[in-house]
Amino acid sequence: MSEDVLLVKDLYAGYGNQEVIRGVSLKVSKGEKVVIMGPSGSGKSTLLKSIVRLVEPWKGLIYINSINVLDPRTDIRKVRQMVGFVFQSYNLFPHMTVLRNITLPLETVKKMPKEEAIQKAIKVLRLVGMEEFKDRYPLQLSGGQQQRVAIARALAMDPVLLLLDEPTSALDPELKEEVLDVLRDIAKRGISMLIVTHELDFAEDVADRIVFMDDGRIIEEGPPHRVLYNPRIDRTKKFLRAIARRVFR
Amino acid sequence: MDTTNPLFFIMNLIPYLAEGLLMTLQISVLSFFFGLCLATLLTLMRVFGNLPLRTISRAYIEAFRGTPVLVQLLLIYFGLPSIGIKFDPVTAAIITLSLNSAAYQAEILRSSIKAIPETQYLSAESLGMSTFQIYRYVILPQALRTAVPALVNEMVALVKESSLASVIGVVELTRRGEYMVAYTFRALEVYIAVALVYLVVCLALSQLSKVIEAKFRIPGYERGRA
Repeated sequence: MSEDVLLVKDLYAGYGNQEVIRGVSLKVSKGEKVVIMGPSGSGKSTLLKSIVRLVEPWKGLIYINSINVLDPRTDIRKVRQMVGFVFQSYNLFPHMTVLRNITLPLETVKKMPKEEAIQKAIKVLRLVGMEEFKDRYPLQLSGGQQQRVAIARALAMDPVLLLLDEPTSALDPELKEEVLDVLRDIAKRGISMLIVTHELDFAEDVADRIVFMDDGRIIEEGPPHRVLYNPRIDRTKKFLRAIARRVFR
Repeated sequence: MDTTNPLFFIMNLIPYLAEGLLMTLQISVLSFFFGLCLATLLTLMRVFGNLPLRTISRAYIEAFRGTPVLVQLLLIYFGLPSIGIKFDPVTAAIITLSLNSAAYQAEILRSSIKAIPETQYLSAESLGMSTFQIYRYVILPQALRTAVPALVNEMVALVKESSLASVIGVVELTRRGEYMVAYTFRALEVYIAVALVYLVVCLALSQLSKVIEAKFRIPGYERGRA
């Protein structure tokens, strides 16, 4: 576990002159699953995006597999190939079939021959239970199905790290479960994951560590059981009370 | 030619006018095509260019949208010869309408590109795609679909605007109508016949738009589309 897949140190980021991330340091070891929680506007999404420079960080250090992400000489596209990103709103390409959504990046970015890309795409679609939908278009699918395809698309790139930005927040409870089941399954395969989610049960099942963010900083972190049942910081307690009441009402 | 029944009179005019229609179509189709080429260049300058290129593109668009196309036509046909640039009427009409339409088509292309949500760029970027690949495979195929109705609309506008070429002596549909009026003195029936020919062409074009839209429709996206 000495090798860190992700190392973030003293990161600052934001939009325009609005500071959103105020000095975050974070590590994800090989195979580790880290869950980020925190209220809206606490910077969870921005943190995830800034790791692959979808939001340009202001200062700090980011290393992915020992590659210095913020070094101007680093080709960020090489980094992004190694890191899968799953968005809250799935963001599939609506004008392409499910299969093409996955083969396109394999062919254009990884320069994989077409046949091989198709084989690979079918393999990952099978993994998320979407193989039979390969010729459908994204908008013909339910939200849960679209998100499973988006997860498959990220996995097809053989990422060393998977970033998931509230992957189930846009889904109703039933569809949530099908996506969470897929994610549980993937988690068992040993891939490193950094997940923003408010699904307490899922976090407890999957996370090796939970990080709690507020106002652009990490205010508490620890093993899931400790953070979820015995939080030390008042802000964490308040937040957990609020979402637990919502979940169990 | 029957001169008593207006309906019969109009019907008889149509074949004669149809010959003028060929010139009308030639001018409008060529203007649309050249306009689209120039519009593509203007859009590239606007979307990818540095500040000077963006400014040039914007200035061009504002200039051609902010002045009447008839004035542009007169300027090019009657004005330019005084500095030694002379075109025959048909060429002058095609140049004017191409330059004018390019401004409108560039705005159509730009707004269609802007209509693609930022999440599509983010998603493509997150996969490691290059800017060229993102536009080539993700943005443009969607933007062009969005642009089709507006581009066909522009084609319809060109068919009608090409009637202005009659002013500088191009014998197209409207000009043929004028000849007929001079010959028969029946302005009402003749211009009704001329209007009908334009109407039929434009209706056919809207139909064409529907066919193209249906062909490139994104499956599952029916509901949002009128």
